[in-house]
Amino acid sequence: MNKTDSLPKSTLVLGATSAIAMAVLRKMAPNGTRFFLVARSQTKLEAVRMDLLTRGAANVDILVADLDDTALHPTLIDRAILALGDIQLALIAHGVLGDQQVAQANYAAAEAMIRTNFLSAVSLVTILANYFEAQRSGTLAVISSVAGDRGRKSNYVYGASKGALNIFLDGVRNRIDRSGVQVLTIRPGFVATPMTAHLPQGPLFATPDVVADGILRAIQKRSDIIYVPGFWAFIMFVIRSIPQSIFKKMNL
Amino acid sequence: MKLPAPANNYSRPPFQSWGGYPRLSAEIRPLNWTSDFPPQESTGKSMLAVGLGRSYGDSCLLDGGILLRTRGLDRLIDFDQHTGLLRCEAGVSLAEILDFAVPRGWFLPVTPGTKYVTVGGAIANDIHGKNHHVAGTFGCHVPRFELVRSDASRILCSPTQNADWFHATIGGLGLTGLITWAEVQLRPIVSRKIDYRATKFRNLNEFLDLSQASTGVEYTVAWIDCVSSGRNFTRGIFMQGSHASEPGVLAPSPKPRLSVPFTLPAVLLNHYTVSAFNTLYYHRQFTREKHAFVDYEPFFYPLDSILHWNRIYGKEGLLQFQCVLPSLDDTRGITEILRTITRSGLASFLAVIKVFGNLPSPGMMSFPRPGITLALDFPVRRQATFALLDKLGAITLEYGGSMYPAKDARMKASQFQAFYPQWQQFSRFIDPAFHSAFWQRVTTHE
Repeated sequence: MNKTDSLPKSTLVLGATSAIAMAVLRKMAPNGTRFFLVARSQTKLEAVRMDLLTRGAANVDILVADLDDTALHPTLIDRAILALGDIQLALIAHGVLGDQQVAQANYAAAEAMIRTNFLSAVSLVTILANYFEAQRSGTLAVISSVAGDRGRKSNYVYGASKGALNIFLDGVRNRIDRSGVQVLTIRPGFVATPMTAHLPQGPLFATPDVVADGILRAIQKRSDIIYVPGFWAFIMFVIRSIPQSIFKKMNL
Repeated sequence: MKLPAPANNYSRPPFQSWGGYPRLSAEIRPLNWTSDFPPQESTGKSMLAVGLGRSYGDSCLLDGGILLRTRGLDRLIDFDQHTGLLRCEAGVSLAEILDFAVPRGWFLPVTPGTKYVTVGGAIANDIHGKNHHVAGTFGCHVPRFELVRSDASRILCSPTQNADWFHATIGGLGLTGLITWAEVQLRPIVSRKIDYRATKFRNLNEFLDLSQASTGVEYTVAWIDCVSSGRNFTRGIFMQGSHASEPGVLAPSPKPRLSVPFTLPAVLLNHYTVSAFNTLYYHRQFTREKHAFVDYEPFFYPLDSILHWNRIYGKEGLLQFQCVLPSLDDTRGITEILRTITRSGLASFLAVIKVFGNLPSPGMMSFPRPGITLALDFPVRRQATFALLDKLGAITLEYGGSMYPAKDARMKASQFQAFYPQWQQFSRFIDPAFHSAFWQRVTTHE
């Protein structure tokens, strides 16, 4: 069980209708947290809003936006600051898994995936990092993926978008850690969500609930990088350790 | 180079009901938002909403259609702390309601023997619990819900609004459309504790006397030995409980830690092991009567602490039989059923008996009605088990009783139609795109 008392009280969530984000928010809500939620669908945002208010959230504002449109980001974050007063936690949770087969055959599909998973996150992190640095406190939590640890033929376009994100976040952390800002890179393994519903579910799949517990623990412990569930740290260590001469011949 | 299969063609294990019998395969489509239904493209295939799949037989299965998994519809919508009225999406489980409500001093109005069922499933099967004699069925505590039909029409159902749809959908086996959200009237508690009393009885008459003497107690149920014959025939333990009136702890429950990790060989569950269990269980309690304050979890959900307990029945699975017989004065019917079960030697240790009360069930097709209800599991031993169930169905029919669709996989069409003579009137409310393996079986002539 998380002791939720020490969790941030004002939270901005980008991609708030993603399954992992919803599981995190649900656990924070009983604490009287104030939320500012951004996602593409009004009806889905309304459903999440009612759920969080029922569970004890102090206030929930919603904003419909397509985060691929980076030009909107500065206004969007201004509005969140206005609504929340100050942002203590920003959770970036939007992303697409995409289809590797399509993306390796067609650059436009690869570009769209990189735009959503990487470029839009770069835009948001840039604005938020500067905001937190000036505030000299706060947590910037970004959902990446274990897929970003090494390129594999089964999903290297997605993996590249997340790998680039990991490196970008490393740099941001190195820059603003001294300002008292936590930059948390969250690397989930397989999670049973609508995004992965079409994949065969094996024993490595975790529930969003378990992943959310890991994320909240990491926020409280002020971790830098987490693998959730934790055993993925070991799996990815092994994957990264395989020499390229062998790795390139493997079916992964 | 080996190419992975296209994303939508991955094979997945077929969805199984709790009994694991029969095995049918259908496409599974998860619903994550109420707006995901009805599906955009029409496939012409039959659909059926399924929650956590705790129905034992084939009422939550389809042969070749599309199962709409509702667990993604797990959001709360509104809660009034003063009145205890909860509104939530239909895929919310009773376990999730308890986690939310107990710390706030509220409890389920009616709960079955497992908390791993969804609100939608509880309505569709108009489930009952240990408090049936004072509280009626789950549907008695559902003031309102929304039904969405496959033609996208939305029907707000309550006892006063679209009342015919309200009565058809409660106990309607999921056939009238998709329940998207519902209101549940919770009841207040001041503690997790149950004021619990267990009394041994030596036979059916003693059980009935105990039931008679405890009509004012909120929860009553009995474990009955369906294996022993002779002197020990129909011995059992009568359990009664009420929510403690002393204020106490209201923390949420810990998560279960035990699980049966894989299916056990069916041979482990045989006449000898079950007899031994029953004898031990009966004699675990030394005195005739025991009184204690116990947590609500072991009182209501003794088996939920072991996830996947159905795996002890082996890969053939299990069948459950639950009947209700109308008369309390004439015990010939229930005695004949119990004697038939005892003689068969097929019974398992999980047998419960209870007296239902007189509160009318709101559902047109609801199972509970006044009388004695008996529920127990049988391992699937092919013809032996099937023949026994045929015989039990015939006795139930002969004595004017009924059987519970949610726990059935073997009822004959003729039996079902005699138990539920209103079935044709009900079938007018069935959504043209909805169907179930159960409905297929019991409405087709043998």
